[in-house]
Amino acid sequence: MRKIFDFHGGIHPPENKQQSVAGAIELAGIPAQLTLPLSQHIGAAASPLVVLGERVLKGQLIAQAKGFVSVPLHAPTSGVVSALENRLIAHPSGFTAPCIVIDTDGEDEWIDHAGTEDFESLQPAELVNHIRQAGIAGMGGAGFPCAVKLSVKPDTKITTLILNGTECEPYITADDALMRERAELIVRGASILNHILKTNEVLIGIEDNKPEGITTLKTAAEGSNIEVVAFPTKYPSGGEKQLIEILTGKQVPSGGLPSDLGIVCQNVGTAVAIANAIDRGEPLISRITTVTGEAVNTPKNFEVLLGTPMAFLLQRAGYQSKKNKRLIMGGPMMGFTTPDANVPIVKTTNCILAPTENELPTPPPAQACIRCGLCAEACPASLLPQQLFWFSQGKEFEKLEAHNLFDCIECGACSWVCPSNIPLVQYYRNSKAEIIQTRQENQTSEQSRTRFEAREQRLIKQVKEREEKRAARKKAAEERAKQAADGDGEDPIQAAIERAKAKKAAQENA
Amino acid sequence: MLADYSILLIGAILVNNFVLVQFLGLCPFMGVSNKLETAMGMSMATTFVLTLASACSYLTYTFILQPLGLEYLRTISFILVIAVVVQFTEMVVRKSSPLLHRVLGVYLPLITTNCAVLGVALLNINKSHNFLQSLFYGFGAALGFSLVLVLFAAMRERLTVADVPAPFQGAAIGMVTAGLMSLAFMGFAGLV
Amino acid sequence: MTIMLEWITQYPLLTAVIALLLMGAVFGAILGFAAVKFKTEGNPIADQINELLPQTQCGQCGFPGCRPYSQAIADGESINKCPPGGESTIQALADLLDMEIIPLDDEHGEEKTKTVAYIHEDQCIGCTKCIQACPVDAILGAAKQMHTVIISECTGCDLCVEPCPVDCIDMLPLEETLQSWHWALPNPVSRSVEIIASDANNKHGKAA
Repeated sequence: MRKIFDFHGGIHPPENKQQSVAGAIELAGIPAQLTLPLSQHIGAAASPLVVLGERVLKGQLIAQAKGFVSVPLHAPTSGVVSALENRLIAHPSGFTAPCIVIDTDGEDEWIDHAGTEDFESLQPAELVNHIRQAGIAGMGGAGFPCAVKLSVKPDTKITTLILNGTECEPYITADDALMRERAELIVRGASILNHILKTNEVLIGIEDNKPEGITTLKTAAEGSNIEVVAFPTKYPSGGEKQLIEILTGKQVPSGGLPSDLGIVCQNVGTAVAIANAIDRGEPLISRITTVTGEAVNTPKNFEVLLGTPMAFLLQRAGYQSKKNKRLIMGGPMMGFTTPDANVPIVKTTNCILAPTENELPTPPPAQACIRCGLCAEACPASLLPQQLFWFSQGKEFEKLEAHNLFDCIECGACSWVCPSNIPLVQYYRNSKAEIIQTRQENQTSEQSRTRFEAREQRLIKQVKEREEKRAARKKAAEERAKQAADGDGEDPIQAAIERAKAKKAAQENA
Repeated sequence: MLADYSILLIGAILVNNFVLVQFLGLCPFMGVSNKLETAMGMSMATTFVLTLASACSYLTYTFILQPLGLEYLRTISFILVIAVVVQFTEMVVRKSSPLLHRVLGVYLPLITTNCAVLGVALLNINKSHNFLQSLFYGFGAALGFSLVLVLFAAMRERLTVADVPAPFQGAAIGMVTAGLMSLAFMGFAGLV
Repeated sequence: MTIMLEWITQYPLLTAVIALLLMGAVFGAILGFAAVKFKTEGNPIADQINELLPQTQCGQCGFPGCRPYSQAIADGESINKCPPGGESTIQALADLLDMEIIPLDDEHGEEKTKTVAYIHEDQCIGCTKCIQACPVDAILGAAKQMHTVIISECTGCDLCVEPCPVDCIDMLPLEETLQSWHWALPNPVSRSVEIIASDANNKHGKAA
């Protein structure tokens, strides 16, 4: 039995997972149109390679990665590119973003593709390149480009690989379904990752509220060096830093990365995508998404093509719009309300939640902070949410940074326990954005100041040069006058005039 | 011997704290305690002034005033000594941190009129302290002043962003806080 | 020694005056020496203030640029004269100098959303007057060639608008994009929430 640790704080919201995990994963099917945002990941958006009207095949590269921290995009099914324009995306702001729109033809024709027979014969760098070309980003919710995470610096030794099967957020069961039905693929992905990183140990962390998942994974991992570790259910154990603390007892340093401790963490869904990419050469074109909530008749997990409109999926699950007030993309703790049901599913969409008003009531208005301190007890990052709240309200950005605002993982545990219903996470998000904006403005004004001072210098130099030229000219004129006065009496200008006259006279005579 | 000096120090810092128990030096206490950095700067300046002034006034008293039989001139000569020390401190502060100098503003030369500084100088004479005792007493008084100033500044910083009702905002809640702190410090009575 | 003591007992007032004068002279000498030794050069506060100003060099504060204004602030000028800096600059200056936060001085302009200059290229005559006016060299062009504004360097100071003889420069606001969007601060806590249970039934929402 491996020793497990615990992290500070955490909460136990009602799980509500049993509704969506009863049946098997269902194939969602091919919708009439797919909308693929060029940015479904952290980093620079991909740049399109296709043109309007072009026919694309399933798995074809349609946008290439731009820069190092970026991820390419592939067509989830065959069809014709009908638009390259801004469309509404799943973002709390309600803004649009550049998308590639494909009208599907229903044939689902694959492009020629092949995997690697024996991945162990490939160099880690080659495997990482395959993963990058397959368009794989973290599928747990953040969307960090997988290849970038695996490109550790040469002097960093990775000792532990952790696969995150925790899925701590209520309602979401996508990873649970994967673990029950495709455990071998997860194990396969883990072996590939282990070959790339050459670690000493491979752990898969799961919460104990998924007994079937634990059993199937343990069976699939038999005979390999992969250890399946179950630990007590608590939100937010699935956070990368919290999971690392549970499994290893070590804390990721403030402002640092898990690789500083020699640990790399990947979601189980990402591992499955890696296995498909390496073994079968299949790029990332679909994912498992949970559709749940009481406003949905048959909550279940779907294997859905990327770019599928949410409305298509909701219809498959028997959505009752009359019962539902707001559609949430993500879970009840970290999800956001989507502006429209027609936004597309992207690489990071793990859940669509359609609650009734009774199930997830609109939060009551916030009241005054009573300084009870429950938020500090609940914070998994051992921060002081109450202090962060006061400083955020008073816009004291220096104090916020001193109290480690940027270590907040925005899990929502503090808002959940607050007896005054204060939306704490919103304060922190706003303050983080303001601090980053101020930093950028300082940089810009620094640059403006440099340009201004350079211009001043240039103008001063210009004036000085002009003065020098004038002085030199004046001096030359004085020299000439002096020469003419006391020299051999010959004024060079006069001489030149006479020479010209003589020449002219000679010309006239000739 | 060590016990005597420790008792002298503890007495000056906690039991008979100059600001909260003897109510001397309230002007910089209320005026400079808006920000913690300013308060720390001020407390360092006052510590420097108090210790130096305490020692210099003792020396002035013992070697100039007493031999000449001019003990009745002690108040005015101590003020002279303190004014010189404060001017000197102001020059040092302006050189080392112009920002602190700017921020402290008029409160830096006002240390001259800080009744705590003159009070320490005169109390040393009243209590017939020797040189070392005078030095420790001045230093202890300064430490007590600094402690209270820093604590008060920290609390005032929290108060600026707290939910204070409109009539109490600013100096009013500051005074209430100072009063409560004073009650707390009076609890040290009987310690030594 | 005894002579001195005799003299002291004979003329106590004179002794007192002489003693005080001597002390004053000695202390004055010490201070004079210290004044020379601890002399400060320049005005480093002005540098720190300058770093907080937005560097648009627009002159709306009444001073010919950001550095002159920062020097004026170091000499006691009020901190609320910079419209491009707006509230955040006033707050930063107040924090640095431990002064009170005062609202922006209206006679110098109001705080607007950030704008950048835009040259209508079909009207531009290539006279270079705007290029000479721009304090940060954000306009690209040459005599009788097309002029255009480099948006990333433009600070929105609008000093280029006046010199243009054909009036072809507009100040356009920078729109919010997906990248610049962020969560807004929630509404401040309302004090008119019912605290007493019986008021919860009161639909008007005000405590009795």
